[in-house]
Amino acid sequence: MTDGANPAGRAGPAEQERVLASTSQQEHVSFDDERRTPLKRFQQFLHANPTTIPFIVLALSIVLFSAIVGSRFFHPFNLSLVLQQVTIIAILGTAQTLIILTAGIDLSVGAIMVLSSVVMGRLAVLAGLPVPLAFMLGLLVGVACGLLNGFLVARLKLPPFIVTLGTWSIFGALNLWYSASQTIRQQEVAEAAPFLQFTGTAFNFLGARITLGSILMLIIAAFIWYLLNRTAFGRHVHATGDDPEAAKLAGINVTGTLIAVYTLAGFICSIAAWALIGRIGAISSISGATANLDSITAVVIGGTSLFGGRGSIIGTLVGALIVGVFRNGLALAGADSLWQEFAIGLLIIVAVAIDQWIRKVSA
Amino acid sequence: MNQSEQNTHAPAGVQPILQARNLVKRYGHVVAIDHAEFELYPGEILAVIGDNGAGKSSMIKALTGALKPDAGEILLEGKRVEFESPLEARAAGIETVYQNLALSPALSITDNMFLGREKRSEGFLGKYFRKLDRDFMRREARKHLNALGLLTIQNIDQPVETLSGGQRQGVAIARAVAFGSRVVIMDEPTAALGVKESRKVLDLILDVKRRGLPIVLISHNMPHVFEVADRIHIHRLGRRACVIRPQDYSMSDAVAIMTGAKEAPVH
Repeated sequence: MTDGANPAGRAGPAEQERVLASTSQQEHVSFDDERRTPLKRFQQFLHANPTTIPFIVLALSIVLFSAIVGSRFFHPFNLSLVLQQVTIIAILGTAQTLIILTAGIDLSVGAIMVLSSVVMGRLAVLAGLPVPLAFMLGLLVGVACGLLNGFLVARLKLPPFIVTLGTWSIFGALNLWYSASQTIRQQEVAEAAPFLQFTGTAFNFLGARITLGSILMLIIAAFIWYLLNRTAFGRHVHATGDDPEAAKLAGINVTGTLIAVYTLAGFICSIAAWALIGRIGAISSISGATANLDSITAVVIGGTSLFGGRGSIIGTLVGALIVGVFRNGLALAGADSLWQEFAIGLLIIVAVAIDQWIRKVSA
Repeated sequence: MNQSEQNTHAPAGVQPILQARNLVKRYGHVVAIDHAEFELYPGEILAVIGDNGAGKSSMIKALTGALKPDAGEILLEGKRVEFESPLEARAAGIETVYQNLALSPALSITDNMFLGREKRSEGFLGKYFRKLDRDFMRREARKHLNALGLLTIQNIDQPVETLSGGQRQGVAIARAVAFGSRVVIMDEPTAALGVKESRKVLDLILDVKRRGLPIVLISHNMPHVFEVADRIHIHRLGRRACVIRPQDYSMSDAVAIMTGAKEAPVH
């Protein structure tokens, strides 16, 4: 830059001195907010409010797709479709959030959900058990699966990734064996156990079709939010994921917290099974195949850190909505479904990169 | 020489608040604690110094319930106690500020102060929905930080990771003081700090003493030890070599006794 092009050129050296002075000062006074660059301040703001980014991304994606596909996107019917598609992923996402907050990961959430739904369906429809009993046993299967994961992670101290990779296969195989790879048709479920399809019941809200499954999703999310933010257990979950050694020294039962988290996640997955049956009507051993990774995607895009200790349920709901909006918007725009996967992949990588950047505030 | 016959500069006729007698801990052939004696008196700062591997950590662990001694006894205010875990020692009023501080970086100052002993709301929500009394905890946290002059911390809800090393140490000490009814043990509180922040933490330690809480200060930093300690317990080869007063000896004498270059004084 020449002096001619820069009318304020005379201020240059003084400006430089000021910058130098401020940087040298920063070495001594590390808690001086005044001297931070706007980018640094933005980074700090995000560190304090990590769910800002998911909300911005959601807003941008809505603007983007409404610009591309026009009013079709905002049609109440389309919005209710997005919501229904998001429901299952969001319920599994709340379970996944709990686990990722403890710096773990659960690859088996989808498998637990499908196994629970198959147990509910076969016991109620084919074995002729009373529906409430079949339902409870289905929930129990979810709890047992979660307890097994929790035991292996917390007691045997095996890495969560490996544990749930293993149980994903095991639960999947049990599911194929028990269901004999048969599908229970929608009609059969409706006749023998209408209660299992109850979550598919829809009502009209401002022209949009809302299912009870979506309401169930909100109830679960609200419950887990309360648990994480308003109870001691929630603090212990965060502390366990943040720094397990420190948590132990502070007197927290880290092992018990981990087992409780995995078990609770298993329970939520079995509730998701109920929502799944309501959504597709039939009970199939192959439904929900992509649910595992989609739930992790929702959590990560929602701003929860894979390193544990920080994240939120609200972020996960927004993350699930972002995934839903992208899939729906790209489909409406007539893009091949492979581009949906492409976009989701991009979102994941960007989300993790942003998380890494935000975490550097504390370093 | 029998350790119990040493002159420990104990105040006459005062019962130790925390005492260990003839403590022994073996790991196979290694003797980590070799018939060690220990006394902490009310209102004092007792520094514990010793070379690496001298066994001072093991002795402190035995006093805080993190390690179960093979033999010997521990007395709290003259009554024999047996701690099965650090939690039990804490329940008895012995608080430890660990070297790694045992703080959870992403949680707020308030959450950290009450970590593991959260206070539930009175009434229905607290009883049946386990709701936390966050206002109470905020108030208490602020009160305890203020009492120790840690007013510079503006926002009680800010995550601990946004604090400086000295401020974090301050939060950990405030937590120990808030809950430690009898004894506060500090493990290397100034080891990770710069000069300025060390100064503040030392002032904080003296402040805690003025509030009447006896302190066990484990440190490698001789100037810090000599500045704040009333008595210095020198640990060597798994046992107490001697107890000196900082005014009677120089720092190099203390280091010489600690490393065995100089005989422990016999009075």
